[in-house]
Amino acid sequence: MDEDDEIIGEFLVECSEGLDRLDQNLVELEETPDDREILTEAFRTLHTVKGSCGFLGFGQMEVVAHRGENLLSLLRDAVLEMSDEIADALLATVDAIRQITSTIDETGAEGVHDHSALIAELERLASAEAPSEAPADPAEPATGADTPDEPTAVGDEPAADAEVEQPEAIAPEPAAERIGDILVDDGEARRDDVEIAATEQSLGDDRKIGEILVEEGRAEGAAVEKAATKQRASRSDSSIRVDVELLDRVMNLVGELVLARNQMLQLTEGAKEKPLISAAQHLSHITSELQEGVMKTRMQPIGNVWSKLPRVVRDLSRQFGKQIRLEMEGKETELDKGIIEAIKDPLTHIVRNTVDHGIEMPDERVANGKDPEGVLKLRANHEGGQVVIEISDDGKGINADIIREKAISKGLISAEAGAEMSDKNVVNFIFAPGFSTAQAVSNVSGRGVGMDVVRTNVERIGGTVDVRTEAGQGTTFKIKIPLTLAIIPALIVSADGDRYAVPQVSLQELVRIEDEDEDHSIEMVHGAPVYRLRGRLLPVVDLRTNLSLEAGEPQGVTNIVVLHSDERLFGLIVDSIEDTEEIVVKPLERQIKDIDLFAGATIMGDGKVALILDVHGLAVASNLTGPGSTASWGLEDELDEGADYDERALLIVELADGSMVGLPLDQVDRLESFSPDRIERSDGRPVVQYRGAIMSLIDVGPSMGLSHGVLDGPEEANVVVCNQNGTLAGLAVGHIRDIVLDPEMHEEDGLVRAVVDGRVIDIAEPPRIMSMAGIGSDELIGAY
Amino acid sequence: MSEKMDHYLQLCTFRVGELLLGIDVLNVQEVLREQSITRVPHAHPSISGLINLRGKITTAIDLGSRLDAQTTGSAAIHVVVRTGGSVASVIVDSIGEVIEVDPSTYEAPPETMTGPARELILGAYKLETELLLVPDVERVVAMPSAAVEVVA
Repeated sequence: MDEDDEIIGEFLVECSEGLDRLDQNLVELEETPDDREILTEAFRTLHTVKGSCGFLGFGQMEVVAHRGENLLSLLRDAVLEMSDEIADALLATVDAIRQITSTIDETGAEGVHDHSALIAELERLASAEAPSEAPADPAEPATGADTPDEPTAVGDEPAADAEVEQPEAIAPEPAAERIGDILVDDGEARRDDVEIAATEQSLGDDRKIGEILVEEGRAEGAAVEKAATKQRASRSDSSIRVDVELLDRVMNLVGELVLARNQMLQLTEGAKEKPLISAAQHLSHITSELQEGVMKTRMQPIGNVWSKLPRVVRDLSRQFGKQIRLEMEGKETELDKGIIEAIKDPLTHIVRNTVDHGIEMPDERVANGKDPEGVLKLRANHEGGQVVIEISDDGKGINADIIREKAISKGLISAEAGAEMSDKNVVNFIFAPGFSTAQAVSNVSGRGVGMDVVRTNVERIGGTVDVRTEAGQGTTFKIKIPLTLAIIPALIVSADGDRYAVPQVSLQELVRIEDEDEDHSIEMVHGAPVYRLRGRLLPVVDLRTNLSLEAGEPQGVTNIVVLHSDERLFGLIVDSIEDTEEIVVKPLERQIKDIDLFAGATIMGDGKVALILDVHGLAVASNLTGPGSTASWGLEDELDEGADYDERALLIVELADGSMVGLPLDQVDRLESFSPDRIERSDGRPVVQYRGAIMSLIDVGPSMGLSHGVLDGPEEANVVVCNQNGTLAGLAVGHIRDIVLDPEMHEEDGLVRAVVDGRVIDIAEPPRIMSMAGIGSDELIGAY
Repeated sequence: MSEKMDHYLQLCTFRVGELLLGIDVLNVQEVLREQSITRVPHAHPSISGLINLRGKITTAIDLGSRLDAQTTGSAAIHVVVRTGGSVASVIVDSIGEVIEVDPSTYEAPPETMTGPARELILGAYKLETELLLVPDVERVVAMPSAAVEVVA
């Protein structure tokens, strides 16, 4: 019984893979109806499915598959031509088989399904248009049940046999794994001989191609033997199926090995025994490689999820009468299996929404001077330890005014606040719960559930989703997700002597305030502490208060970790900020699982346990995320700036002569201003006392070839503080002008320039300026 | 439970304050001396925190606090117990020997017993010199909210 279950289980897995492939093939065939290769593949897939269900005694399924296969064979033999009708019928066949397999999966039996209408339709299509003299498909024994011509899912019949009973071997596009091809590729046989053999076969010779070749002296027996082995290997031996649970267990063990390794390294740090040190290093090396290898086994290309989308897009666009072309880029981008599963639904939802709302009807598009065919583009790529998935369309875009009205009418925001809010921020209301602007409810979207679920699901796995839209030009959804959930980068902070890990994905920036720095202190607004972060009010909470720990002694400095959750920024006061580390996330035991402030725990290098803070939980516990809390919406602009750090945002500064220079924002630590009397000279160089140390000032103007700088003037000097490998330097500039996100960059002869508001702006690299002034290391960070 | 009482049981004994308690050795995975504990803010007060048990993060529960019993304050022994597929550490004052108990000396706790111990003590073996209490390990490691559900 168990064995039967196992066979059926395998059959179901293969079926579902086959059906997915078939879906894809059929959608492709609509585009290129004459592609013999795809036709052959589709035929073979359905044939395999049919063979297996016959073998396992699933009669209903076999009948449906058989009729579908008949129709496909007529297409393949060019007796029929692909039409919408045929495509619909074939896709319906796939759906019917899928329905039966899911019943088998649940109950172990086929159940009762009525597919007579579909069968009749398939028969009608196959017969009505097929001339009576259509050649009977030789690969189609009437019984269907015992089809020995293809290796089935369960039979381990050598693939070479397939050649014998498959006279369609002379089809113009032979499959890659044909034995004849292998022989030809290996130089063991001539193409002509193979073709002659194939022809003989089709004329009734029931020997295998290999046998024919050997017996007629056209190839060596050993070579045929070798080719047959190769053929089998290419089909099954190059990969194996592994239970995901087993992989998870191995992954856990590797996580523990990493921790043990970290402890080992710490213990051997002060050791003197050379062999011990080298053994520890060797262990460390192997562990890293093992970790990488195991992580790779869980990686899957995102194409696995995308492969279902062509069918979705096709069906929907037919339903709405739209013309949509789906383009995919970066299919091979790999992600952890768990994450792939988690983004499947959000991704499908966005795509459905785009087809429904985003892309206009063909006549509307034409009226607006667009191609009647809309383009839906999926793009995935790796970006700094994360995967970015973009879903963009060239449709009508999201109308910010409609969203604004709706948000106000739903009470999500006050009318005044709504009027002030930028379009870009307004559009993000589509992610608010219960928000839908569809005029009519369709079965696709418009029921007010959806986009909020998309955001919840994406955030649950530590990702973010963002939307950008331009009226008349289209909309782009951008999903950023981590590569893996098991091992994440985190910032280690401490409060009251204990360490806590803050997931890096929630981290925005770090701020350090000196107590004597009166201009930059924490202020109270209606009893709530806030901090002015570049002119905006940032709500702050104290980690000690949040965790009900003892209030700390004043330390002279306040460390604020700026975090974002649900598009809101807040500051978290911690005692000290330690290091960034890759941590292995471990779940919490049931006794403490319900505490929302913690997302898990991890083991540090010294073997001690540290809790991982749940940033979302922290925000909720601090009342920072109430729905419609309009005060915090204003912070979004700030968040957007931050979110684009990695997109090479530029800080635009003005020099003494009025010219503009851009500094990459990610290399800027802080902005300060110093009055002339604070600026001293040491070794002929301007310096200031800053945070208990002496920081050199560099006048950017002269270092970029200007005749005069800003330091000698009587006014306060605006200084951009840059930190390079721990060395601080202040770049003195005239004025801080702006922050430009995602500027247009041009590179020529090694010189990088940006164009901002129609002006050409030179890019200054702080590391280079610093090293030219003899500060910091000579290593240039070649960011630009 | 009655079935269990029919044959001799081996109990791992330990003390919490004045009390002598025993857990079936089959439920005890190991006994550890002092461990570095990471406290968990907002957790139930009888949860001491988390320990690193060879790479597995395990919850440590202060049995004294759980039973509302006076402890010597030196609680430093971790009795690692397995229940229902999960592992937890129960902190006790000191560890005793493994003793074999006679089921005929077993009695249910007196009706008059009150406080948290009422729910957590299954019964007691009358040893010659004192009583050996048998805690319900499952309930000890489950936190009060969960324990209430079990009762209901």
